[in-house]
Amino acid sequence: MTRSRAGLGVLLVLTAVVVQTSVLARLPAPGGGRPDLVLVLVVAVALVEGPLAGLVLGFGAGLALDLLGDHPLGLLALVLCLVGYGAGLLLDAAERSTFAPLAVVAASAVAAAVLYAVLAFLTGDPRATPEALIRGLTTSVLYDVVLAPFVVPSVGILSRALDPDRRR
Amino acid sequence: MNPRRTRLVLVLLVLVSITLVTVDLRSSSSSSGVRAGASAIIGPVQRAVGTVVRPLVNGVRTIGDLGNSRDELARLRTQNEALQAEIDSNRLDSAAAQELRDLQLLAGAGQYRTLPARVVGLGGTLGFEWTITLDVGSRDKVTVDQTVISARGLVGRIVQVGPFTSQVLLAIDPTSGVGTRLEGSDSTGTVDGQGLNPLELRLLNASATVRKGDRLVTGPLGESTFAPGVPIGIVSEVLDTPGALTRSAKVTPFVDYTSLDLVGVVLEAPRVDPRDSVLPPMPAPSPTPAPAGVPAATDPSATPAPLPSPS
Repeated sequence: MTRSRAGLGVLLVLTAVVVQTSVLARLPAPGGGRPDLVLVLVVAVALVEGPLAGLVLGFGAGLALDLLGDHPLGLLALVLCLVGYGAGLLLDAAERSTFAPLAVVAASAVAAAVLYAVLAFLTGDPRATPEALIRGLTTSVLYDVVLAPFVVPSVGILSRALDPDRRR
Repeated sequence: MNPRRTRLVLVLLVLVSITLVTVDLRSSSSSSGVRAGASAIIGPVQRAVGTVVRPLVNGVRTIGDLGNSRDELARLRTQNEALQAEIDSNRLDSAAAQELRDLQLLAGAGQYRTLPARVVGLGGTLGFEWTITLDVGSRDKVTVDQTVISARGLVGRIVQVGPFTSQVLLAIDPTSGVGTRLEGSDSTGTVDGQGLNPLELRLLNASATVRKGDRLVTGPLGESTFAPGVPIGIVSEVLDTPGALTRSAKVTPFVDYTSLDLVGVVLEAPRVDPRDSVLPPMPAPSPTPAPAGVPAATDPSATPAPLPSPS
């Protein structure tokens, strides 16, 4: 991973975190769910750059969200790290079809929500109930899938711009 | 890319996360410095972005409220109105001024010294916590555990403070417990958050009487971390649990927690408990209102904001 690539990653994560907490989270979203730009970004980077970039970016983004949230530090870092790695492993499958990235985003959104709920429950968070998990999960996944066609190609363009000679 | 190296990094980062979680769970105070540092970096950006997107967010909210209406004409007409209001910044300003006046009125009634603040962020998507980020921080003398109010009543309390921003745990968060007192009596208890479901009141005294329509304030002075006398909500249903040691009831909050914008941080609580003086006046003059009545319905400022249905 080159230095410019890492710098761009940090910038993308910070932008996504601010847009997520200050814009997307404040917009009224019917259905109780919310679009999760950070998660979609992690999955997009994993799909474009592979599992290593996905898990490193996921860890960083999760840590940033952990620092701004009111739950144990490291929980979202762990969740997004695993999700980024998992999505990166599906890279080859995703390259074969237009709709595969959308399916990966949807699967990652569900996996992240379930994983976070289980971990929060294990760490004794009384808020982690099945109802809290299910509430808005469907619409959240839907919003994430809607975000994906914008985020995934953008990350692809950025990646190629940084390294035009790379075989992609 | 080398899969072995990838797996090594994965294992390493997973271990780091687990270590962080364990350390943070052991002593929650250990992370407050790091968290303050993080909010010192992101806080100013959040404040700037929050200011820029506020008209947009408010505009979309106005349109979003109409989403259920089937009458397309009415929808478009009101949408047009909302957009016009957005263009006319004077009108927006006057609405903000009215909000600020209402907040000052409530703060004045309770003799709270408050600092007006704007919401610039909401809790994350994956996290279950109900938190908001305010554009005031330790530089504005905000400290942890201070009470946050809006023009209608209790919002929550400060849980994290950065130099430029601070984080509020809303009263509807399931980990939030607010010391409370029934209006016109000395019955005390706690109000627990239930997310988007109504708040739950647990009275300490099992023989205390609580009726539908009773109103709740924070307090009493000295027995709660919250500033005393702040209106919380109105009892909507008394839950009779035979044999239980405490009495419980469902409480509809005065504040609509899904559309908070202008709030006030109580920097200094009054030395004398304001008791019930902050509550809006009861419309029914009789001291014992009809049990099924809705006492606060005629006073617009006391009407509890409807919470959106979770479906």
